[in-house]
Amino acid sequence: MNEVWILAETKGGEVAPVSFELLAWARSLGEAKEVSITAVLAGPADDPEELCYRGADTVVHGPGRALGGHSARALAAWLASLLEEKRPTVFLAAATATGRTVLPYLAAREGLGLTADCTELSLDPDTGVLLQTRPAAGGNIMATIRTARGRPQMATVRPHSRRPLEREPSRPVAVETRAFAPPEAANEPVLLEERPFESSRGIADARFVVAGGRGFRKKEGFALLHELALSLGAEVGASREAVDRGWTEYPRQVGLSGRTISPDLYIAFGISGAIQHLAGMQTAGTVVSVNTDPEAPIAAMSDLAIRADLFEFIPALAARLRDYRPAD
Amino acid sequence: MKIAVLVKQVPETDSLTLDPETGTVVRSEESAIVNPLDLYALEAALRIKDAEPATRILALSMGPVQADSALREAIAMGCDEAALITGREFAASDTWATSRALSAALGRLGPFDLILCGEKATDGDTGQVGPEVAAFLGLPVLTYVGALSLSQSPAPAEIRSERVVEDGVQVYRCAPPLVMTFCKALGEPRLPLLSGKRRAKEAAIRRLGLPDLGLSAEEAGAKGSPTRVVKVDRPRLTRRTSVLEAGTAEGIDAACDALVALMLRKGLIERRAAS
Repeated sequence: MNEVWILAETKGGEVAPVSFELLAWARSLGEAKEVSITAVLAGPADDPEELCYRGADTVVHGPGRALGGHSARALAAWLASLLEEKRPTVFLAAATATGRTVLPYLAAREGLGLTADCTELSLDPDTGVLLQTRPAAGGNIMATIRTARGRPQMATVRPHSRRPLEREPSRPVAVETRAFAPPEAANEPVLLEERPFESSRGIADARFVVAGGRGFRKKEGFALLHELALSLGAEVGASREAVDRGWTEYPRQVGLSGRTISPDLYIAFGISGAIQHLAGMQTAGTVVSVNTDPEAPIAAMSDLAIRADLFEFIPALAARLRDYRPAD
Repeated sequence: MKIAVLVKQVPETDSLTLDPETGTVVRSEESAIVNPLDLYALEAALRIKDAEPATRILALSMGPVQADSALREAIAMGCDEAALITGREFAASDTWATSRALSAALGRLGPFDLILCGEKATDGDTGQVGPEVAAFLGLPVLTYVGALSLSQSPAPAEIRSERVVEDGVQVYRCAPPLVMTFCKALGEPRLPLLSGKRRAKEAAIRRLGLPDLGLSAEEAGAKGSPTRVVKVDRPRLTRRTSVLEAGTAEGIDAACDALVALMLRKGLIERRAAS
């Protein structure tokens, strides 16, 4: 029997949807009789049972403060105390700002291996060890990694790399609430304030991203992209050039020195596709590029490459999309 | 204030191109640079030194002897001194073994009030070393810091840091000793000065080997790494591409049709109910 743990996150007092993707990964590692799944939920959430409906057999809930209100050090200490009671074989977290901070802290503290930002997980059919596959070196190699010593085998998993399972409200609910009150260390960072981005979500979580690059020629051009994003329910992304020229802000930058994202749909407008950009979006579901340059590398990375003047194309597309809405 | 900045030498990604035939990445003349995200950590350290001139900044790296050039660049920007962990025994270290060696060196050369590095390196792209070093030293860590301000009075020193996370900015009050990792939102890193370049050329870079760190051969490199790479594939990055020319108004109409049809086929959008 494989015992798999996932680190579930909260957002706005509810379980964050990225946690359901982790449950789908955990379930992909074996049938119910082979794999038992525990979701470790840190932070206040009204709906821990949702994790059971989405595939968890057990939830261990430490309400505490929201994740952002605890330092990685405090959270790692709490997780380490849970690991002292029980050692799962696998422990997964999302490759989010939280997961990518807390899990390395836990790994170093506990002497455990950790693979970052995996896009594929499987069990070796012969040995049963977890095979952790991730893009490396700017996405130009896929490295498969195993944990040679120590348990659990740990990995962070790129958001949107797997669809959540269907919600099954008939599944049994088992939620255990645990005290989570880490001692206040003298120099513990204190969260003073949270300032959400103006748009409803960042590009990291967005299902659709429409991104712009040098082809917009000036800042005013980017307004077109924001209009299209509104009509499509998308977030606006950008290449490094567009951010460096001050056309949009840094959190929208896609690529090695920005964010690595995996939306269902990525439309690149006026982006040539330097490797450093491609590495940040190559795992997107569907990729469309609109560009005047037929030699642009982004074209080869696209399912559909359209050679068009983006100042003519974007308004036409926005008008066409008025009759449609995002599918559920 | 005593600051250590962790610096990694990485291949220049701008020199990489995509082979349209094979769909894989071609490394043209590979040139090595300072990990671009580490420049923001260096810039943060130098801003603190601008405000508090008594600040001493050490640049620390681990890598082959060629990584000296990355450390010389850090000195040229304004760091006071540099040290390089180097030796065959460190080859093939994973992030855990790397962090262990770095934190052993920081223990020997420190203590430091602040330990700063880039949010990740552009080659490994893991972002694990910052939090792992913090864990080895038992320090708190703030990742993805995009803005920083420091006040010395009233003592003790207090730092305000802004983390740039998925859906917004988190403002923290924190105090040394502390580890921070930086992202690009910090703002443009400074360029080296001519005087700095001259100093960098002559600077002695301290070399640290296994015995200097008090580690055994079993605790470094592949032997000291809990993870193993079992397989490396070169994926085809390219997709089966449909190309549409849309140079005319009719062409644009047809391309919009094709794009809407693709989005419908993939189940991304649906037609609005007629109102």
